[in-house]
Formats: sequence, C-alpha cells, structure tokens
Amino acid sequence: MATVTVSRPPLTLSERAYLPQILAGMRITLKHLFAPNVTLSYPEQRPAIPPGYRGVPTLVMDPHGREKCVSCQLCEFVCPPKAIRITPGAVPADQPDRAHVEKAPAAFDIDMLRCIYCGLCQEVCPEEAIFLQNDYSLSGYSRDEMVNHKDRLYELGGTLPDQHFKWDKKKAAEEHGNQH
Amino acid sequence: MPTDFSFPDSAAKAANLPKEFETEKMSLSMGPSHPSTHGVLRIQFELDGEVVTKADPVIGYLHRGDEKIAENMTYNQFVPYTDRLDYLAPLANNAAYAIAVERLAKLEVPPRCQAIRVITSELARVSSHLMGLGAYGIDVGAWTVFMYCFTEREKLYTLFEKLTGARFTTSYSRIGGVARDLPPGWLDEVGAFCTQFLPILDEILALLTRNKIFLDRSVGVGVISRADAIAYGLSGPNLRGSGVALDLRKDRPYSGYEQYDFDVAVGSTGDCYDRYLVRGEEMKQSIRIIRQAVAKMPGGDWFARDARKIFAPPKDKVLTSMEELINNFMIVTEGPQMPAGEVYFEAENPKGTLGFFIVSTGGGVPYRLKIRSPSFCNLSILPKLCVGNLVSDVVSILGSLDFVMGECDR
Ligand code: SF4
Ligand code: SF4
Repeated sequence: MATVTVSRPPLTLSERAYLPQILAGMRITLKHLFAPNVTLSYPEQRPAIPPGYRGVPTLVMDPHGREKCVSCQLCEFVCPPKAIRITPGAVPADQPDRAHVEKAPAAFDIDMLRCIYCGLCQEVCPEEAIFLQNDYSLSGYSRDEMVNHKDRLYELGGTLPDQHFKWDKKKAAEEHGNQH
Repeated sequence: MPTDFSFPDSAAKAANLPKEFETEKMSLSMGPSHPSTHGVLRIQFELDGEVVTKADPVIGYLHRGDEKIAENMTYNQFVPYTDRLDYLAPLANNAAYAIAVERLAKLEVPPRCQAIRVITSELARVSSHLMGLGAYGIDVGAWTVFMYCFTEREKLYTLFEKLTGARFTTSYSRIGGVARDLPPGWLDEVGAFCTQFLPILDEILALLTRNKIFLDRSVGVGVISRADAIAYGLSGPNLRGSGVALDLRKDRPYSGYEQYDFDVAVGSTGDCYDRYLVRGEEMKQSIRIIRQAVAKMPGGDWFARDARKIFAPPKDKVLTSMEELINNFMIVTEGPQMPAGEVYFEAENPKGTLGFFIVSTGGGVPYRLKIRSPSFCNLSILPKLCVGNLVSDVVSILGSLDFVMGECDR
C-alpha cells in the first residue's frame, strides 16, 4: 500500500529565531489585505441562489391558477420531523373543471419550526404540487406565526410551469370513453 | 486506574515540605459550552495546580436518539438524520449510510453513482479537514488560519449548494442512488476549485507548519503511541498520525475507491503535530482522487434503475403512468424493500471509521440500526491522554483530535 509519512524536519535557525517567521506570516496576511473582499454585506447584498435550492416549502398552482395538490397526504407521511399537517376536503364547488379530481386539502399547514428543509416532500409528491423554493430567511415573533397555513403557502409558492396537466388529460381521456 | 505521570514540580513535592504547604486537588469542569471543546463536550478535571491528574469526559449533551429514530422510519427517511451525525461532512455520512443499506440489499449502484459518491465524500473530507485545521488554529491562537480555511470552505459549500440544494444539511443520498444527478457544469467547477485550492492550501499550511509558536504548542504534546492508538480503537487521521497505515479506502475499498490512485498519509510520532500534518496531506490526496474521478466520470444512470422496489421512479413517469404512481406510493409509504438479514459496513469518513450495523427483518424499516461513530471512539482515549498535561495543552490535544459531538452523542 502506498503510504507517505509526513515529514517533520527540525526547524532551521531563522525559523527558530521567531521574528523572521512573524514577518513572513505578516507578509501573507498583508497580501490578503489588498485582495478583493470575500464577504457579502448581508442583507444589502444577497448571495445568488442556485437552481434547485431547498428553501421554504410552498404549494404551487398550475399555469391556469388551479390548485394542484390532491391531498394524497404522501408528503405528510414522508416528512421526517412531521412538520406537515393536512386535513383533506372536497374540491370547492366553484371549480367545475376540477370536479373529477375528487379531493383537495381543506387545510394544509407546515410548521416551519419543525421543518428541516430536507426536500423529501417535494421529491415524493405525485402531483408536483409542493416545492421548496428560494426563500431562506424566515422569522416571526410567535410560534403561531411560524406555521404556514394554506393561503400563505400558495402566496409563497405562486405559479410554476407544468409539463403534464395530468388531470386535464385524464378528463379528456374519460370524455373519449376511455375509463382508465 | 493508577497512572504514572510526572510534572515539573514533582521534585519539589518529593522534598519534605512542611504540612501547611500541602495543597488540595482542585476539580474543574471544562465545557459543555466552552469555546475550545468543539461542541458540547464536558471534561471533568482533577487538577494539581495546573497539571491534570484525572480527566473524565462527560458526553451525551447532544444525544438525540438517532438509532431509535431510525427504527421508526423508512430507510430513505433516515437520510436527513445522517446529515446530523458528523455535521461537518454530511455528504460522506449520506454516502456511507446508503452504501450500508445497499449492501444489505446486495444492490450494486451504477458506476456514475459510485463516482459521484467518491467526489462528494472527498469534497466533504476536504471541508471537514479545513474546519478541523481552522479550529485547531484558533485553539492554539492562530486566528488567520481559521479565516483562510473558512474562505475555502465557503467555496465548497457553494458547490454543495448547487449540487444538493443545501449548504449544510445535504441529504444527498438515496438508497440505490443519489437525490439528483450532477447539475450541468458542476464537474468543471469542481475541477476549477481543485486547481485554485492547492496553492491556497500550501499557503494555509505555511502559516502553521514551520511556525515556532505552533510547534511549541503541538510537537511532543499529546503523544499517542501506536499500541495505544490501536488499543483504544482510534481511527482516521488520529490513528494514522500514530503511524498505523489503516485506511478503509485502501484496505476494504468501497464505491470504486480501488480505481483511484492515492497515498495514505501517516505520521511518525503520534503527537498533535503529526495529526495536523496528516490532515494537511490528506487534503492533497483527496484533491488527487477528486481530479481522477472528475476526469473519468462515467456516463449512464445515476441510480439503480432495475431496483424497482428500492429506488422511486422518476417524476415524469410518476405523473404519466398509473403503475409508476402506485410504485412511488409503495416505496414512499412502505420504504425501500430490504431482505431480512444483518449487515455491517464501515466507511473511511473524515473523522475516522463510520460504521452502520443494520438488522433487518425484511421490509422498509430497519429493526435495529447501530452507528459506530469515530468521534466517540476517538474520545475514549482522553482520560489517558490528558493526564500529566497542563490545562492549556489539553486545549491543543482536543483541537488535534478533531471530533464532532453530533456524531459522538448521536
Ligand atoms: S422539507 Fe422536509 S421537513 Fe420540510 S416539510 Fe418538506 S418533508 Fe417536511
Ligand atoms: S402536496 Fe403533493 S404529496 Fe402533499 S398532499 Fe398534496 S399532492 Fe399529496
């Protein structure tokens, strides 16, 4: 097996004399004094957020402004710290084009004091309805404030593009007599 | 435990001093929130003047019951918890855990996934050692080193953020693969990091390696003999610092480590200085491995596509096919399906040997999961190592052991 034994030669006279070493160290630090800054003046300057960042979990709507979550509760199940609480309900009557979806969340709470931003909810969601987006600095004055309710989750989430329009396709298929 | 030690004024002690000069031993509690105990370690000292006559590490302040938690969730749900073991190298923990479970399932992941795990583990090693060096620098009074180390570590964290979506709690592995493929251009950024990092590493090391003050604080301090290192079950740089060339990446290669060309750094005397030197050299070797892995990154799948009962199907399939949707539900709710059996797997983590012992009765939840954490074993030598040293040397010893309490207490 290839090994390298780290070498530890004895100190030379100038190294032992201490002062030259101090000066050499100062030279290195001095060089850095004139190097560009590596820090950001947060919060005036903000770091760039890369795509796929795992920020605060949010609920998103499809491009037609419709709710995507079908209240399957898979995210509630998988969430390791049990931060999500869902109360399933019916699809509101004023959404006839979604009547065939059967279910929607009546309440959807994410307790941000429990959430660990692991992203498992987004990963398992079969509807692409929950996304961890770019928000990272979350604060509040009370515990209640730190629980994101459904309205807040949709407000944070906004609308994301959708490639599939799964339920529209299903409806179209049903209308053609193809009962999947 | 009788221990023999000598300290400078033992001669004065031996001299027949009158009774009123006899001093009492003092007891001192260092930590659990002491800046130089690296987390929530508490050491109960018995002191004679400034010399330690007894040291008792008190651990458990960060105990979260991770092993019990693991019994109550599926294998994939436990991945975020492995971030919080050695929280200075979460990517390495993620990989070690996933490999352990895959060994249980006798599942071979594709070469691309293996190479990704090698790169992430080695990057984690570099970032962990940077933190170790920086913190050791502070312990013995060299602030600058810490700042330079953190500048470099920040660059690594930016890379981690691009790859996993989080800087710190990466949760990147899944059983049978990784959470997502490498983002485009990421490998080039890793290559660029390696290129600019090596000169900077030399500069950082130059601040300490030949620095008389640093040498005075570390050479000959906290010497762990070869025999002791083995007897106390040390691992990682602390073991290699004592001259034992044990590195699981070489001895029992996993995740394709046998394909890479690298050397194992060992020390000769086993003092604090050797442990520091070994960490410095290991970073260089890690960069060597990363460069090779980047150069020959295989294409193809980044998860085990055939393992249909273990790795959840890709999202677009879940959205378009009923079978895949059901499969997704099954894997999430019942967990990746494992056979009944036992497995023990250990990986060479930055801090030492991280082992997972998993007992499965089948299904998606472990019956028992035991974590062998390197920091816990490495700390076991403290009662022996501290005795006979000055309190200020204990600070240097703790810094050179580079442990992490999240993993020790788990
Ligand atoms: S990110 Fe993780 S912890 Fe947070 S709500 Fe989703 S699953 Fe739960
Ligand atoms: S967000 Fe997704 S996983 Fe969670 S209940 Fe809604 S559809 Fe199911």
